[in-house]
Amino acid sequence: MDLPALLTVVVLSVFVGFEVVSKVTSTLHTPLMSGANAIHGIILIGAILVAGQATEPLPLGLALLAVLLATVNLVGGFVVTDRMLHMFRGRDQARQADRDPGA
Amino acid sequence: MNLLPVEVTALLYLAVAVCFILALKGLSSPRTARRGNLIGAGGAALAVVIVFLSTRLENVPAILIAIAVGAAVAAPIARGVHMTQMPQLVALFNGVGGGAAALVAILELAAHDGAWTRAAVVFTMVVGAVSFAGSGVTVAKLQELMTTRPVIFSGMRWMMSAVVVALLVAAVLVTVTGNVVWATVLLLLGLAGGVLLVLPVGGADVPIVISLLNAFTGLAVAASGIVLDNVLLLVAGTLVGASGTILTRAMAAAMGRGVAGIMFGAFRGGSTAGSGTLSERPVRSSGAEDVAVMLGYAQRVVIVPGYGLAVSQGQHTVAELAETLEARGVEVSFAIHPVAGRMPGHMNVLLAEANVPYESLREMAEVNPEFRNMDVALVVGANDVVNPAAKTSPGSPIYGMPILEVADAAQVVFLKRSMRPGFAGIENELLYSPQTTLLFGDAKESLTRVLGAVKAL
Repeated sequence: MDLPALLTVVVLSVFVGFEVVSKVTSTLHTPLMSGANAIHGIILIGAILVAGQATEPLPLGLALLAVLLATVNLVGGFVVTDRMLHMFRGRDQARQADRDPGA
Repeated sequence: MNLLPVEVTALLYLAVAVCFILALKGLSSPRTARRGNLIGAGGAALAVVIVFLSTRLENVPAILIAIAVGAAVAAPIARGVHMTQMPQLVALFNGVGGGAAALVAILELAAHDGAWTRAAVVFTMVVGAVSFAGSGVTVAKLQELMTTRPVIFSGMRWMMSAVVVALLVAAVLVTVTGNVVWATVLLLLGLAGGVLLVLPVGGADVPIVISLLNAFTGLAVAASGIVLDNVLLLVAGTLVGASGTILTRAMAAAMGRGVAGIMFGAFRGGSTAGSGTLSERPVRSSGAEDVAVMLGYAQRVVIVPGYGLAVSQGQHTVAELAETLEARGVEVSFAIHPVAGRMPGHMNVLLAEANVPYESLREMAEVNPEFRNMDVALVVGANDVVNPAAKTSPGSPIYGMPILEVADAAQVVFLKRSMRPGFAGIENELLYSPQTTLLFGDAKESLTRVLGAVKAL
């Protein structure tokens, strides 16, 4: 990508990031941190690309380590965020969950 | 494989980027948050499929095994962790993400000979390494594998400066030469920088550092998007960088402090330590039965949960107490300071875990004018966030920090372990006020005793 296109994408992403996050209530700041954390686990794509181009053992080993770490970040991040958000329920749902703890 | 044309790949990556934006946007309400997160996860899964279908890749079986192992490690940890340990888990995941970004960068170094892309590689390596090492230290602090107090040794400032200078020199050398040996040195310096950055930060401020490092990792991912010419990484990384920056500032503001003050305050000394002296003045303390009577016969009770509740894991007991009081006709609400617990919004997660409906949770701005209508404010393991000194004494280290104005309530009950001051190391005048009653002990045990006494009323 050439420089002007690159800068356009960066600047627009910054504005979207500011805009979206400024609307998050402080009640959800912990899930927000965890959710944003999960999103940067998408470095997995980069890790897969370098692992797929590696030809020698050392670079391949390092690239596979990167794939593993990035997967931990991505999968763990989304799972734990989901678990947290599952707990934020309304009064009716919470009561129902109390009656039926298996749900 | 090369099944997908370049244009289709680009459009699909755009769709994934939109999924990520929707994931963050969903968090504007608890009702849409979970769906948003699932959309984000679906987007990430789609992105992984796209990369396999759009690029000719070697070593595919090995890559798939690495992904399977990573997922098999992460999912059980994420499912099993205690909600009180959430901050260290977020820090851990952030650290491994930063480490992955740094590894990707060093592997990309050989493939690029333009100074422009090499600069992006260098940036990713440094920021990823700082984030990895810094997160490691925050995990150790939060897990109490090491002291949670600020760690400062003589010559630290000098050492930090030396590392920064060496880092800049190595960064320039790597950008110009692309030499792998220098790149390794740069990586090691980045790791040292990350450790030195977080060591001087005290326990209560660690969550803010996690958020800052989270933003750092986002920036590292964005830079690797430039290197790999991948728009998805660029957009996702920038989103996280921007949102993490805002969140960090919001948290620091909730504590009435600047981000720079938190990161480097310990170097200046004084303000974070406080005096820590105990007065000899009398306080009014009483037993669980008296507290139960005050609560059980009140009309309106507001519960102010804090760090002490989080560490004693008393969230289920406090939820049961609230329910028992409501069954008696008492109106109960929870007043949540933005930084109550171990990270901002953490208390909301803990109370949600204990099935406290979010309608009962009141944010600071909303609840402060209501305190004067409250019969009893029950403060459970919080101290600094209700200390009136933040409003009244300009010399205090916490002066200017927004607080919950529990002093306005007719009566205040503190459940406290001891008279020891809170994190900020300063006394709370409210403890000596005639309207205040203290109940000493572990937060959870005290709550259990009060709960039993309320049930016996």
